[in-house]
Amino acid sequence: MLTRTKVQSDARPSEITPRAVYVDRRRFLAGGAALAAAGVAAAALPAQAAAAPAPFGGMPGPKLGEIAHSPLSTDEPQTPFDTVTHYNNFYEFGTGKEDPAENASTLRVRPWTVKIDGLCANPGTYDVDDLIRANRLEERVYRLRCVEAWSMVIPWVGIPMAEVIKRAEPLGSAKFVAMQTLLDPEQMPGQRRPILEWPYVEGLRLDEAMHPLTILAVGLYGDVLPNQDGAPIRLVVPWKYGFKSIKSIVTLKFVEEMPPTSWNRVAPNEYGFYANVNPAVDHPRWSQARERRIGEFFRRDTLPFNGYGEQVASLYAGMDLAKWY
Amino acid sequence: MSSSLSANRSRNNPQAGTTSNPASARKRRRGGGDRYVRFVAKPLVFVLCLVPLGWVVWQAVFVPGGLGANPIDAVNRHLGDWALRFLLISLAVSPIREITGWVVVVRFRRMLGLFAFFYVFLHLSSWIGLDQFFAWQHIWADIVKRPYITVGMLAFALLIPLAATSTAGMIKRLGARAWKRLHMLVYPAAMLGCFHYYMLVKADIREPLIYSGVLAVLLAWRLATRWRPWSVRRRGAMATPAPVRAP
Repeated sequence: MLTRTKVQSDARPSEITPRAVYVDRRRFLAGGAALAAAGVAAAALPAQAAAAPAPFGGMPGPKLGEIAHSPLSTDEPQTPFDTVTHYNNFYEFGTGKEDPAENASTLRVRPWTVKIDGLCANPGTYDVDDLIRANRLEERVYRLRCVEAWSMVIPWVGIPMAEVIKRAEPLGSAKFVAMQTLLDPEQMPGQRRPILEWPYVEGLRLDEAMHPLTILAVGLYGDVLPNQDGAPIRLVVPWKYGFKSIKSIVTLKFVEEMPPTSWNRVAPNEYGFYANVNPAVDHPRWSQARERRIGEFFRRDTLPFNGYGEQVASLYAGMDLAKWY
Repeated sequence: MSSSLSANRSRNNPQAGTTSNPASARKRRRGGGDRYVRFVAKPLVFVLCLVPLGWVVWQAVFVPGGLGANPIDAVNRHLGDWALRFLLISLAVSPIREITGWVVVVRFRRMLGLFAFFYVFLHLSSWIGLDQFFAWQHIWADIVKRPYITVGMLAFALLIPLAATSTAGMIKRLGARAWKRLHMLVYPAAMLGCFHYYMLVKADIREPLIYSGVLAVLLAWRLATRWRPWSVRRRGAMATPAPVRAP
């Protein structure tokens, strides 16, 4: 279960605002305001779900601070907030697409700790707010492609995973990062049935986790991440199928061997470890060549690595991607 | 205001008591009941069978966001659900008739079966016309490469001759025996329909299992009551199959 870390009266070094942020605070504030405005404008787009109930069940976290823009964001039209928060695969709260929005209010997102350990020199158990405060928040507007052949464009707010990893100082023997979602059937009613093996587990190769595109997301549309989207902290790896982007993370462990991943356990011939978006490698039961961008009528061609090939293809040079799906 | 006639009339059957001859009274009752079925009950059931289609059209046209974030998928699934349901409902008619003795349900079996075919056709059409938007190469590739789609297409194909031979005229042309044998294709069609659903879910197989369970019960009943080696032991009336007549 979650544990409370000691509260210290002195500011921790990690809490001191980096000088660059402090000096440029007006720009960041302006960026945050623009984000909020964009969020409001996008949410006002017609023809989507009716007014959503309050997405933050239990105790919401502190408001997000200043948020920086990132050149890694895409400028494609963003999927409306109501859609992003009402069409979710989060089986811990039910297997219907609208179940997480209905049921995720039982998730208590504070207090929340993330345990970082394994093959690293600087393990620790961190309050999620400390993790957030220690890093500069960035907005990353990413495409997210589900293995079910639908996709969205989502303005995440998060921190580069590389920063968190660097602070933990992984040893030379660490080759993979293994992550785990909260296990608590009381808070997560879907865990009362063995639809998947609980808790949900995922993993990345260390270089994938260190890649600049990989983030730990804590927000959405400039505000705190709603429960149904994986609050309070989740992974976003935009060039892989959505099931790799594990939600509501509680542990992060550096390991030597390729760690088990939940969907691979369910059907190893259907869901691989790498799960890179690849229109040339079909799911055994359906094609991956085309996808439905939520909100659009016509299907569109799926892009290799979800369109991030330029940035990530080199990670897989020489690998047979049909074998390592 | 009572007269000798009205004193003999019951509310449910206005013609009862107007004659003392029981046989002609029965005939008149059957005649009145037949009109009721043909002009009241059947149109009512017909309209009810259209409600699932009406609902989805209403949601799509008049309720923004009513079908959720992925309306094409929602429409397709809704139509598929009702195709399976109507198939199972039509397969439940004979057991209900024989268990409850309520003979009139048989007169709705053809309508229910045709609505099952109708919803299967709509489900397939929504896939071709909405989801794939007539991308014939992709459609054909899916039909041959994706087992769950192959299975679904097979189920649809099996229902086509059943829909085509659903009329009284066709029963006459084929002859009762051949017609009955042809219409046994509904059993593999329903099994393939359940299998199609089972094959397409990622992990949560509860709903496909429920449909399959209902189908299993309906098929088991038929095995128990109609399969010669087992049914011979039952009372004579049940062992001989009921004559085939146009509903």
